[in-house]
Amino acid sequence: MNAWRATFAVTARELRIEWRDRSRMTGLFVYGAALVLMVAFAMPGPHVLPDLAGGALWLGLVLASSRSLDASFAVELELGALDALVRWPVPPAAIFYGKALANTVILVVVAAVLLPLVGVLYHADTRGPLILLPAIVVAGCAAIAAPGTLVASLTSRARGSSALLPVLLFPLLVPVLLAASRATSLVLQGDPMDQADDWLGVLLVFNALHWSLDPLLFARVVDEG
Amino acid sequence: MALSGHAARARVSRHGHVRPARIHLHTPSPGATLVCDAVSRRYGPRWTLVRVSFEVDAGGALMLVGANGSGKTTLLRCLATALRPHDGTIRVDGRPLWDNRHALRPRIAMLGHAPALYADLSASENLRAWASMGGHRADVPALLARVGLTDTGTRPVRAFSAGMTRRLALARLLIKSPSLLLLDEPFSALDPPGRAVVADVVRALRAGGTTVVLTTHHPAIAAPLCDQAIRLDAGRVAWRGAPTDPAAVVGEA
Repeated sequence: MNAWRATFAVTARELRIEWRDRSRMTGLFVYGAALVLMVAFAMPGPHVLPDLAGGALWLGLVLASSRSLDASFAVELELGALDALVRWPVPPAAIFYGKALANTVILVVVAAVLLPLVGVLYHADTRGPLILLPAIVVAGCAAIAAPGTLVASLTSRARGSSALLPVLLFPLLVPVLLAASRATSLVLQGDPMDQADDWLGVLLVFNALHWSLDPLLFARVVDEG
Repeated sequence: MALSGHAARARVSRHGHVRPARIHLHTPSPGATLVCDAVSRRYGPRWTLVRVSFEVDAGGALMLVGANGSGKTTLLRCLATALRPHDGTIRVDGRPLWDNRHALRPRIAMLGHAPALYADLSASENLRAWASMGGHRADVPALLARVGLTDTGTRPVRAFSAGMTRRLALARLLIKSPSLLLLDEPFSALDPPGRAVVADVVRALRAGGTTVVLTTHHPAIAAPLCDQAIRLDAGRVAWRGAPTDPAAVVGEA
C-alpha cells in the first residue's frame, strides 16, 4: 500500500482521537502555562523577564511534551492496537511518521496559544525578524516530536513509563531547547548579528537527523518478534 | 472489501432480537495452505511450544484446544507473525512465514484477546480508520450489519459491552478478506446470538476459501466449524484427530 496514505491515515486517526476529548492538548496547555507563569513569578523583577521569554516558552513545551507523548502510545496500547497495526500491516515508518506528525501538530497548536501568554507575561517585544518565528515554532515542535515518538514507543510498555520517558527524552532534547530558546529570544529581543538563522539551521539539522533515522529504530522496537 | 453491501440490513425477529444480515462474500480470497513443522517457542528459559507440527489445507479449519497455558495463544501469535518461533518452520503456501512476513501479513488476520480497537472512537470510525490505515475499501454499514452492530451510532467503543467489542473486533478483520484467519477464543464473552454471529462469519469465510485456525474452550460450538482438531498439553501435541466427538477432543472420552 501507499506509505504516504498510511502515514496520513495514522495522523488523521490520532488527531480525531485527540479532537474527541482534547485531554492531551488541554493537559499540555495547562502544564506549559503553569510553568511559564511560575517562572515569571519566581524571577527577581520585571526587568529580567524579556530576556527569559524564549527560554520559558520552550522549557514549558519540552516539559509538557512528555505527558502528550506518553498519552499518544497509551491510546494504542489500551486495547492492543499497536501490535495489530504492525501486522495489519501498516509500515512501521508510516506509523512513526503518522504519530510524530500528529504530535507536531498538537505541540504547534499549544505553542501558538502559549506564545501570546508569554508575550504578555514577559513583556516581550518583537525587535528581530518576526517572519522567522513560525518556522522556529514548527521546527522546534517537530524536533521534540520525532525523538519523543521514538522514546515513547520504547518506554510505553515499561512499568513506570511516565517517569522513564522524561529521563530518556530530556537529555536528547538539550540541543532543541538551546537552539529554539536562542532563536526565539533573538526574534523577540532583536538580532543585530543575524544569528537567529543559524539557530534555526541547528533545529533543521536536528530534525533531518531524527526524522530520517528514528523511523528505522522505531521499526526495530515495534516489530521485533 | 470482503462483504457485499447488498441487503446488508440487520433483521428483527418476531421476538425482537436483532439478527445480523447474511451477506455473501463476493471477493473470496484464495485460502492459504498452512504447514507447521516442529515449531518451538520459549519465553525466557521456559518452553511454551515444543515441536508442534500440523498441516491445514487451503480452506480447511483447525481447532486448537487445551488448558490455559498449554501454548494455544503462543502458537496463534507465531502464525500471526507477532512472535518468531525459536525452532522449526511455519510455511504458508510453501513460503517460510517469518522470512516472508511482510509479504504475507496482508493475507493473515488475527482476533486476539485484545480487540485492537480505539476506545474513544465509535464502531464505524474504528472500521473506517482501520480501512484507511491499511489502504482498504470498506463498506462499513455492511460490516456492522454483518456482526449485528448497526445501532451503535456515535457511542465510543469504551461504552460497549465485552461482547459488542468482540463482535466489532471480528468486523475489523473482515475488512482485509484474509486468506488465513486466526481466532483466539472467538466465543469468549459472547452470548448465544453473538456466538451464532461468529459461527456464521467463520462458515461464510470458509465457504469463500479462507483457511481458519481457532482456539477454544467451547469445542462443542467450534467442532462443527472445523475439520481437524489438536489438543495441546504443556506446549506439546497431546491428541489430534477429527473433531467429531467434542468429549474426545478435550480428553474426557
